[in-house]
Amino acid sequence: MRSVFPFSAIVGQDELRLALLAAAVDPALGGVLVLGDRGTGKSTAVRALAALLPPMKVIVGCRYHCDPALPGQWCEECRARPATPRPKSAELPVPVVDLPLGATEDRVLGALNLEQALSAGVRAFEPGLLAQANRGFLYVDEVNLLEDHLVDLLIDVAASGVNVVEREGLSVRHPARFVLVGSGNPEEGELRPQLLDRFGLSVEIRTPQDIAQRIQIVRRRDDFERDPAAFVAQWQPQEAALRAQIIAGRKRLPKVRVDDAALEWSARLCMRAGTDGLRGELTMVRAARALAAFHGRTKVGRAELLQVAPAALRHRLRRDPLDEGGSSLRIERAVAERDAADAGAGGARA
Amino acid sequence: MRVRGARVPEARQSAADALRAQDAWRAAACLAVDPPGLGGAVLRTDLGEATEAWLAALAGALPAGEGLRRLPPHIDDERLLGGTDLAATLRAGRPVHARGLLEECARGFLVLPMAERAEPQLAARLGAALDQRRVQVARDGQQREFATGFALVALDGGRASDEQCVPRLRERLALHVDLAGLRADAPPALTTHELEAARALLPTIAAGDGALQALCATALACGIATLRAPLLALRVARTHAALEGRDALAEEDLAFAARLVLAPRATVDPAAQAAEPEPGQQPPEQPPDSPEDPPDDQPPEPRDPGEVAKLEDSVQAAAQAVIPKDLLERLAAAELARARSGTAGRAGANVLAKRRGRPAGVRAGRPGAGTRLNLLATLRCAAPWQRLRGGQGTRVRVLPDDFRVTCYRQKKQTVTVFAIDASGSSALHRLAEAKGAVELLLAGCYVRRDEVAVIAFRGRQAELVLPPTRSLVRVKRSLAGLPGGGGTPMASALDLAARLIQQVAKRGQTPTLVLLTDGHANVARDGTGGRARAEADAIAAAKAVRLLGARTLLIDTAPRPQPQSQQLAELLVARYLALPHADARRVAEAVRLAG
Repeated sequence: MRSVFPFSAIVGQDELRLALLAAAVDPALGGVLVLGDRGTGKSTAVRALAALLPPMKVIVGCRYHCDPALPGQWCEECRARPATPRPKSAELPVPVVDLPLGATEDRVLGALNLEQALSAGVRAFEPGLLAQANRGFLYVDEVNLLEDHLVDLLIDVAASGVNVVEREGLSVRHPARFVLVGSGNPEEGELRPQLLDRFGLSVEIRTPQDIAQRIQIVRRRDDFERDPAAFVAQWQPQEAALRAQIIAGRKRLPKVRVDDAALEWSARLCMRAGTDGLRGELTMVRAARALAAFHGRTKVGRAELLQVAPAALRHRLRRDPLDEGGSSLRIERAVAERDAADAGAGGARA
Repeated sequence: MRVRGARVPEARQSAADALRAQDAWRAAACLAVDPPGLGGAVLRTDLGEATEAWLAALAGALPAGEGLRRLPPHIDDERLLGGTDLAATLRAGRPVHARGLLEECARGFLVLPMAERAEPQLAARLGAALDQRRVQVARDGQQREFATGFALVALDGGRASDEQCVPRLRERLALHVDLAGLRADAPPALTTHELEAARALLPTIAAGDGALQALCATALACGIATLRAPLLALRVARTHAALEGRDALAEEDLAFAARLVLAPRATVDPAAQAAEPEPGQQPPEQPPDSPEDPPDDQPPEPRDPGEVAKLEDSVQAAAQAVIPKDLLERLAAAELARARSGTAGRAGANVLAKRRGRPAGVRAGRPGAGTRLNLLATLRCAAPWQRLRGGQGTRVRVLPDDFRVTCYRQKKQTVTVFAIDASGSSALHRLAEAKGAVELLLAGCYVRRDEVAVIAFRGRQAELVLPPTRSLVRVKRSLAGLPGGGGTPMASALDLAARLIQQVAKRGQTPTLVLLTDGHANVARDGTGGRARAEADAIAAAKAVRLLGARTLLIDTAPRPQPQSQQLAELLVARYLALPHADARRVAEAVRLAG
């Protein structure tokens, strides 16, 4: 197997790492969008996450890797199988599927298996990338260069979690629940708002300007390229620890409490920042909960909310291009105002 | 060329050329040693003999059987990534895949001519392949992945400053070689033995902390944000050392890397920066590093700080020596070119491709009349019926009803060209509002994928401030520091608008002109004052614009509606709108209604 740069060896880029880890702990978060300049290590981080994820249990022989523990989410084939004997299960690495540029619709959605149809006259479905990505991650690099008709497909499937194929005499539906991860350079064009909204978290990254940090990044990258195997082995303990933390976080996730104060705090923040709809609030609370679980806490506090607020809200602000500061600044401002209000209230109570 | 005030005397100038030539041939040797590591080269070229000689030198260093392959800039996905072999598929009665150029040339070099005109789609595919060293194909029934170790030589034939190889490729190709005006006197090619020796030495060359620091610091001083630059510089320095037979990096290797990797990417002249250190240039405070204790973060072994600083200075001096003195002007021009190439294809080569639009699915229909048969989809349609149709053996029976053609979506895009009067006293206010209107429009219309361009006119002539773009980020940046005041060169503005409108129409987009002004033309075409000539010129220019037949809107921002403006509107067959206190939202609204 090809060596991948270890996630724990990434220097800086705290917001990006947090967002990806939160999505790893709670895949229902709705995906991560990474926007940044060239040479900031966007794809490095996403590909590193793939190697970090703990393996998942799947039903042997299922093309959509259904989870044996969740019959409610099974595909039609798994449902049609007799209940006894219980289906065999196996462990597989979590799929991180690339949606390459130039992909065509038939390979994304899946299509009639031509070879079987021609040689045996059988009408069989050949699953596409969306099937491969079920229960895993779908990574779209250069997401703003994606062709419009593919964007439409993605929006639809990402929203419903089901891929419906009605073509070439086929009628197939299969589960396609995946974490959508996109990256791109905002200078190369804007993203469709509908697609933007599908991403739970949105992260803006830039290159560090600190010379020591830059040297460290170049050094590690160089070490990795010169001897990938040794470098990966050297970081193995850190990777294992991080993986264990993700597993522990997933276990803890259902037990993490979000009290009314936290809900109210985020609702007020969203109102002040002027976000569209409720999705921002929901994602913010959800991401904060994932982060709390990851850090071993049982309750969502202000610290977690503050950490995820920019990523959860940045891309959901009502667009006001006349505001020079950009969306990150607007959220910071809203947070500061929120804090000031809290301090005032706290003072009055004391 | 430089007659007076030349900074470099004649003799030194030719010394600089000699160094440039030496570096260029050395670069070819470096690339031959480690093609995948360096990714390739951007050749700034006038397509003369030197370029041919350079490519020949590179080809000469390759093992027999591996050569240079040309990559035509208009190549389609089918040929680039792989597709269906039409003849073989029909013969075999089952899908047979054809390899694409990236797979055929999994080793060796691809040469991309006219890299300054490469489409973003092509650059993105090449960039992804260079980054990952693998290509993933998911098209036309194919689903596979293959490794590729090609290196790319991009021929950048852009003239002097306004055209440049696309940034996505510039970023990933280590060596930037300037061959323009060089003679084709290549030194003897490296022998296989020399190459093998260098390749064997390469992995053993250590990079000390001092060398790393020198490269990183120089990159930062040159204003290079991307971290690929110092990383590639390090690899180039290592290859250079290997060629010299050294097992450690010497100052010379770092200087070579600085000249060929860092200096061509500079966005700041470190000499100018050193002269006036601004507090803003200081690196911002960094958040504390991650709490875990990574293994390679022990404090670096003690070394002589004086020595490191000396190395840093000499590497920076090497880069500085070859940074062109007119860097800032070049950058401004390159920024314009980038804006142009970033959004859509340029006029000319890819007009045809643009007309076809991007592929957008498949539908039933007869091929011909400009539509192309989609073989796989057609076979998929025919496949289920083969038994009924009594097909025998491998022969597939296809009926006309099975024909499927690929459809292309060609959206008629609108490009709104704003011509903004930046002259006179109210310029600042009008500019601010016009700027707001542009941004609002763009924010509102990116769903439709429309574009916006801005021309500002003041003083002696009009200027294209923002070439057609749909990037909000770029709009903000380029409109931020727009100056105001001075005369009204209306004719020049209309001329420029006419040129832009023609370009836009040529690309198959629909232009709309929005003219914001409050008064009279008082600067003639040649930049001189005088109202009568200026008005005559403006009238002539307006007639020329009218002939282009673009939708036009004239917004009069004078406190009281001006008869001249109304006349101009009539000449242009434009809608006339008096908006004395034009605020951004009303202008945007008016434009939207006019469109």
